[in-house]
Amino acid sequence: MKIKLDRTKCDGFGFCAKYAPETFDLDEWGYVSLIGAGNVAPEHEDGVRRALLDCPVHAITELHTHAEETAAR
Amino acid sequence: MSLATEVPVLPAVAAYPGVEGRLFRAGGREDLAAYRATGGYAVVEDVERLLDQVDEAGVRGRGGAAFPIARKIRTVRDGRGVPVAVANGEEGEPASVKDRWLLRTRPHLVLDGLRLASLMVGADEVHVYVSDPGSAESVRAAVQELGGAGVWDAQVEVTVVEPTYVAGEETAAVQALNGGPALPTDKPPRPFEEGVKGRPTLVNNVETLANLPLVQRLGATGYRELGTVASTGTFLLTLSGCAATGLYEVPFGVTLTEVLSWLGEDPAQVDGVLMGGYFAGVLGRQVLDASLEYDAIKALHSGLGCGAVGVLSSGTCAVEVSAAVMAYFARENAGQCGSCFNGTAAMSAVLEALRDHRAEAADVERLTDWSVRLRGRGACGTLDGATNVAAAVLREFPDAVTTHLDGTCATCAGNEGQPLSRAPFAVALPAA
Ligand SMILES: Cc1cc2nc3c(=O)[nH]c(=O)nc-3n(C[C@H](O)[C@H](O)[C@H](O)COP(=O)(O)O)c2cc1C
Ligand code: SF4
Ligand code: SF4
Repeated sequence: MKIKLDRTKCDGFGFCAKYAPETFDLDEWGYVSLIGAGNVAPEHEDGVRRALLDCPVHAITELHTHAEETAAR
Repeated sequence: MSLATEVPVLPAVAAYPGVEGRLFRAGGREDLAAYRATGGYAVVEDVERLLDQVDEAGVRGRGGAAFPIARKIRTVRDGRGVPVAVANGEEGEPASVKDRWLLRTRPHLVLDGLRLASLMVGADEVHVYVSDPGSAESVRAAVQELGGAGVWDAQVEVTVVEPTYVAGEETAAVQALNGGPALPTDKPPRPFEEGVKGRPTLVNNVETLANLPLVQRLGATGYRELGTVASTGTFLLTLSGCAATGLYEVPFGVTLTEVLSWLGEDPAQVDGVLMGGYFAGVLGRQVLDASLEYDAIKALHSGLGCGAVGVLSSGTCAVEVSAAVMAYFARENAGQCGSCFNGTAAMSAVLEALRDHRAEAADVERLTDWSVRLRGRGACGTLDGATNVAAAVLREFPDAVTTHLDGTCATCAGNEGQPLSRAPFAVALPAA
């Protein structure tokens, strides 16, 4: 699975880093950046999906096809 | 120069000896007839051949990233959908005036470049994006002059936004042209993939575009007669912090010592520079004899960026300058990304404390740590610029950092608590 993170939306709630610490890296104020380019290994998909659903500001989106990517924005 | 000096109004514009018939032109605004008399708006016989020539000429982006324009054109041209071309003349960088100077005095050179870029990329929609009212007026007048002249019949949209530091970032430009605020968006997508109206969008700095008609006229070989192998042609250098403050067209590969000597400045009185506008931070005296070209300056862990150089004359403190630039970032960031608004505020607090002889070794350690770990954590490059500014002063001026920790910087003694609200090395153009 491939995801993207919109850091202009992230409000630093930190849920994502709790569920998927291998994918989301917190800074010392609680704001996240992706570790790597957003390609999620199969064994980490469950945690990332949970993060995606729980992020209160919907800063995390899954990238599917081009059309879906566009619609997701 | 003290940081308390007023923003100087650009007094001088000139071309370095041996530079002729490129970007610099003496006198006032060049109208359509004058521009056409230089061979401007020449018919393009073979678009593919022109693109090859631009490639061979090695033209790189003048907006800061030095990306080869031919490669960007090919990527956008081959993207999904009909491309859009954007001339970026917003110029949010306080230490730079080149883009506004070009738009105000040579609007047709820029428009001709935009014409060639849109031909090469296959765009059916073209924009000029600015914040300076004088630039907007000049470009609009140029577009009017073009109407019915039969040289280029594209509809050129001129968009004016409020001048801010981040408004010139390419995704901010795209968002503004799409009707939103002029604020950066996170990547992906980048404008070359999806930009204006979701179409592949070529965003180029106006100085980059101004080089395209030169390639058309001179050919790749002629274009390469000035500059170095990897940084070809000339660039517009905004010089500030000294008596010779002004805008100068110089060939890539000259040294700052040569430029300063040409302008009657004494290089021995220079302690270093603020390099590449606010993006690369300070650089020590080693810059004086470095070749002013992208790769040589990068090898010094710095960057030529948009070509703005602020001279640290003797008696200017690199810590104070860096503190003032960081304070600017802490004020002027777009306030969107937590790592950026928190990180710039934190780095600014440490640099201000350091300037004021209040910081301790542990503060400098935290600053060092942030300068590494905050890199890449913002949606746009502003936070990277801020980390560069922190890293640069620690790397380039360790003695100044030490005297500030010891409380013995003679330049800053007595300045403690002075507001850092002035943008250092800011240069302005006269009111339009
Ligand atoms: C914070 C920030 C501000 C920027 N401001 C400008 C600007 O004012 N003008 C500009 O041409 N490029 C600016 N850029 C660079 C643009 O994003 C983009 O790379 C450039 O316009 C591409 O043109 P070029 O390839 O011709 O250099 C800025 C970049 C960043 C990160
Ligand atoms: S869960 Fe959402 S808001 Fe919270 S840190 Fe992660 S991305 Fe940011
Ligand atoms: S990195 Fe900073 S300046 Fe850039 S979009 Fe985020 S908050 Fe704004």
